[in-house]
Order: sequence, then C-alpha cells, then structure tokens
Amino acid sequence: MSIAQSVLPAAEERPVRRGLFARLLRRPSPVAGLVLLGAILAMAALADVAYPVDPLDMVGTPFLWPGADPDFPLGTDMMGRDIAAGIFHGARVSLLIGGVATLVSLVIGVGVGAIAGFFRGRADHALMHVTELFQTIPPFLFAIVIVAILQPTMTNVVLAIGLTSWPSLARLVRAEVLRLRDGEMVQASIVLGLSDARIILTHVLPNVLAPIVVSASIMVASAILTESSLAFLGLGDPNIVSWGSMVGAGREVLRTDWYVATVPGLAIVAAVLALNLLGDGLNDALDPRQNRR
Amino acid sequence: MTASSPVLEVEDLSIRFQERGRSLLAVRNLSFQVARGETLAIVGESGCGKSITALALLGLVPPPGRAEGKAIRLEGRNLLGLGPEALRDVRGRRIAMVFQEPMTTLNPVLTIGEQIVETIRDHEPASRREARDRALTLLERVHIPDPVRRFGEHPHRLSGGMRQRVVIAMALACNPAVLVADEPTTALDVTIQAQILDLIDELKQGGMGVVLITHDLGVVAGHAERVLVMYAGRKVEERAAADLFATPLHPYTRGLIAARPRRRVEGGERPRLVEIPGTVPSLAAMPPGCAFAPRCASATEDCTAAEPPLTSLEDGQVACLRVGDFLAPSHSLPHARLA
Repeated sequence: MSIAQSVLPAAEERPVRRGLFARLLRRPSPVAGLVLLGAILAMAALADVAYPVDPLDMVGTPFLWPGADPDFPLGTDMMGRDIAAGIFHGARVSLLIGGVATLVSLVIGVGVGAIAGFFRGRADHALMHVTELFQTIPPFLFAIVIVAILQPTMTNVVLAIGLTSWPSLARLVRAEVLRLRDGEMVQASIVLGLSDARIILTHVLPNVLAPIVVSASIMVASAILTESSLAFLGLGDPNIVSWGSMVGAGREVLRTDWYVATVPGLAIVAAVLALNLLGDGLNDALDPRQNRR
Repeated sequence: MTASSPVLEVEDLSIRFQERGRSLLAVRNLSFQVARGETLAIVGESGCGKSITALALLGLVPPPGRAEGKAIRLEGRNLLGLGPEALRDVRGRRIAMVFQEPMTTLNPVLTIGEQIVETIRDHEPASRREARDRALTLLERVHIPDPVRRFGEHPHRLSGGMRQRVVIAMALACNPAVLVADEPTTALDVTIQAQILDLIDELKQGGMGVVLITHDLGVVAGHAERVLVMYAGRKVEERAAADLFATPLHPYTRGLIAARPRRRVEGGERPRLVEIPGTVPSLAAMPPGCAFAPRCASATEDCTAAEPPLTSLEDGQVACLRVGDFLAPSHSLPHARLA
C-alpha cells in the first residue's frame, strides 16, 4: 500500500501531456503560431467588449482609409461599416466554424478510418467504398451544393464543411490503423485478451494521435478557408459578418480602395498561417521518442 | 481437478490452411501435456509449425487457417469450439503469451504502469487504485528495480531486458495457468537471455505451466523439464530434457544437437560445425513417408513408404522406424527403452 500511495501523485500528472507544451515552446515556429492564434482568439473573445455595436451597422463615413480617423483604425468600407469591428466579430465566426466543422469531420473520419482499418474485411470494403464516393466529388463544389440546397445558415455551413472534409482523414487513419493492426503491439494486446474497443481506444488511436492532431490543425485552417470562400461567393450566412464576406464585398472596389478586401484577407492569412505553424510544431512535439533526455 | 492432472492438454491438434481448393496441414496430429509448474519446450526449425501451435493454444490461428482435432484442454476446459467472446475471456486471464520482440510489443505512448493497469482492468472489475497496487507488485515480481519510478515511465526509457520483464509482468497480470513464451529471448543479449529464463523458471514455481517455444537448444537446456521436437508440422520426438540431450533418438534431434557450435577441446582441433543437409520440405510438396527421410543419413526404403508412427518409450515418444536400431545397445541408453 505504501508503494501505491507514493506513486499516486506521479501517475496523476501524466508525463506526456506535461511535456507537450514545454516541447512546443522549444521551437520558434509553433511559438509564432501560438501567439498569432492567441491574438485571434483574444479578438474573438473581446469582440463584444471592444465593438458592442453590430458590425453590419453603418457607423461612419464610407471609404475611410486605415489611419485616417482614429475612431476607425482599420477604416470603413463603402457602406460606412467599421472594418475593425468586422475583423473582431469575423474572428469569432471563422474560429467557431473552423473548429466545429473540424470536430464533425474528426468524428466521422477517425471513426470510419479506425473501424475500417481495425476490422478489415467487409466493414473495410463497405466504408472505403463510401469514402471513395465522397472523394470523387470535389469537396468545395459539394459544400456549395449542400449550402445552396439547404439554407445558408451557420449550422449548414458547418455541416457542409464537416461532411466534405473527412475522407482524406479517414484514409490516413485507416492506413495508420492497418499498419498498427498487424504490428506486434496489437497482436500482444489480442493475446492478452483485451476487448476490441479497448485495443482501439488505448493502443491504436493514441499511436495515431500525432497525425490526427496535425491534420486537425490543418483542417481547421482549410475549414476557415472554405467558409471564407463560401462567404465570398455570397453563400455564407447573410446575418453574420465573416472575413470571407468582407473580402467579397471589397472585391467591387478593389481598384480604388483595395484595403477593404485586403484587411480581412490578411486576417485569413494570419489565421491559416497560425494553424499551419502550430500543426508543424505539434507534429514534432507529439512524437514521444523526441523526448529522450 | 487433482494436483497431478495436466494444466494444459493438447489432443490430436491439426492446423489446416485452406485456400482456393488447396488444403495444407501446417500441424498434424499433435498431442502433448503440460503439468503445473512444468516447462515444455517446443523446438524446431523455422516453419515447423511451432509458432502457429502457440497461436492455436490461444485460439488465434490467423485465417484462412483453422485448428481442428480432439481438444485443447486448459484446466479441463476444451478451448476448441469456444466462441470468440469466451476465448477472449480465457486469453490473458487463464493463458497468456509473451512474444519475441519486446521493443515492438509495448505501446510507446503509454507509460508501462498505465499499460499494466489497463490489462488488469479489462479483465477484472478492479478500481484504478487496486489495479495500480497490483501493477506495482507485478513489477516487483519480475524484478524491475525501483518499480515506483518505472511505473510512470514510457517504454523507450527501458532497456530490452527490462521491457521483456514488463511484457512478462503484463502477461502475468491475471495470474494465468499457462504462459506461452514464443522465442522470448531471441531479441535479447545473451546475458539478459539467461536472466529472463531464470525469471520464467522462478515464476512457474507458483504452479504455472510454461510452453517455451524456441529454435535454440541452448535455451532449452536447464530451463525445460521436457522437450518436444517438431519437424514439418509433426512431433518427431518428445522426452525428458535431460534424456533428450544425453541420448537423442530421432535422427533430426541428433542433427539439431550436433549442429550446435561446440567449444574446442583443450589441445584438440576446433570441431567442425555439423549441419543438417537440405531444407525443410514445403507443406505443399511433402515427401512420401517420413518427412525427414530425404535429409536423413539413416533412411532406408521403408522410411519413404509410410509415415512412421509415434513409438512410446519409457520417458517419451519418438517417430522413427529405425528407433529400434538406435536403441539396440540398450545398456548405453538407460532411459530410452521401448515401453
């Protein structure tokens, strides 16, 4: 008993997770990614405090260039809407849609990939045929079709992105699971009489976690891009402001007042870049063998 | 069940691979018993069927293979014909297995403590704390120094021998009646090999039966009570270990023992390493009669006519038509008289 008691705190701390953040901070690029992402998160969190007025309201003179009026640091668009307010509120929309759509995609992709790879045979055939069916349709066109048929609400946009972006993840997970399935580790777990669910959850998926997390961060980035593209085409939710719809609106005045499209465009670039930098950093940090001392 | 009844009893086991109308027997009519606290070594070349036999003991013959025959009785319960769920329950709890390569059998992302705890909790309704307690006791039993510290470490921090100890600890998590060890020391340094074998010897003192699968006769000597030699899917000789080494009867066994590297005698010449000519026949093209006949120096015409039956001896069995000839000067083979 005394042995068990003295080990309790050590086992509770979970050394993998404790080290992950520290390892992430050892390299410059994930730090840059985290800082950028933190700034965008802060904008999303503070949107209501910093700009309590609806960002779609006309609040100033149209076509105020950035810096021309201290009340509107990023200027106003052709309708006199505050671009800074749009950026802050748009951050909220982009992150929310990127995050939830990726979550939908993760659940489908990891589920399909793990079941197909682990059970093989008929389950694999059936699931992979469905996956291929989805892969034959260009995801962006598919998303457009879904949003066009359904109403362009935020939920539908999330569903459209989530439903179209899982196939590649499913294939990635399946390939990794297939590799592990025949490895001695899974064989040893079967020999120990562990249940399928436990083998998948404790032995297979944790070993696939690194590629899943890395692709998830990239998927958030591409979901943000897809949402922006949909909004740019006017297929976003018309009642909310999004970076994509701001770029779309600015397109008409690109030759004279290019900042209207460029400022939200830079916000998209910053978000996507932050997530990609973070993804690369996670890729390195999640490998437990990198932790050798 | 009485104390003397065998803990594992295999009766007439065959393993058949059937594919596209072709049917191959990887193991034919194999029978053996393992008593409590006893080590039975199964020895043979690659491809003789020893590893697939080990998997069959756990009900894990990979498809399209299939185990057939009378019975695999574990503590009196026939495993042949049990459903997958019942088999899964037996695996790990009553019979456990240790693989060759401890580097790849452990999960690199979990600490060794978590892995042992998971194994215990998947089989028994133990609380996290109880399971942790038992895991530490197991680590002590397999002589991991400083188990409290090792409990929280990942496998890559351990040496090969230590990892194999952890693998054995996981196999012992639910106190199995039989431990199957498939080449448990092949991937380890020689000095570590001896330690692991000593550990297995020590653990079976509690009454666990051990099936030790190996191609290395050196591993067998001193660590097994009985030895079963397999050739091309069939048992060719099974005898008490001491007798087998003193007076090997089957020409294949004699070949195996002669093929071990030996030390030079003081002042003498380095002895030439004797090899067994030829290779193991393919399962698809078995020679008629005794499968070993084409490689056997003592083979006669009769050997290729019909498969030699297993002859019972006082201390075991041997499948060779000419065993009577090898036994002839019977005073020189005190233990090996025809029963």
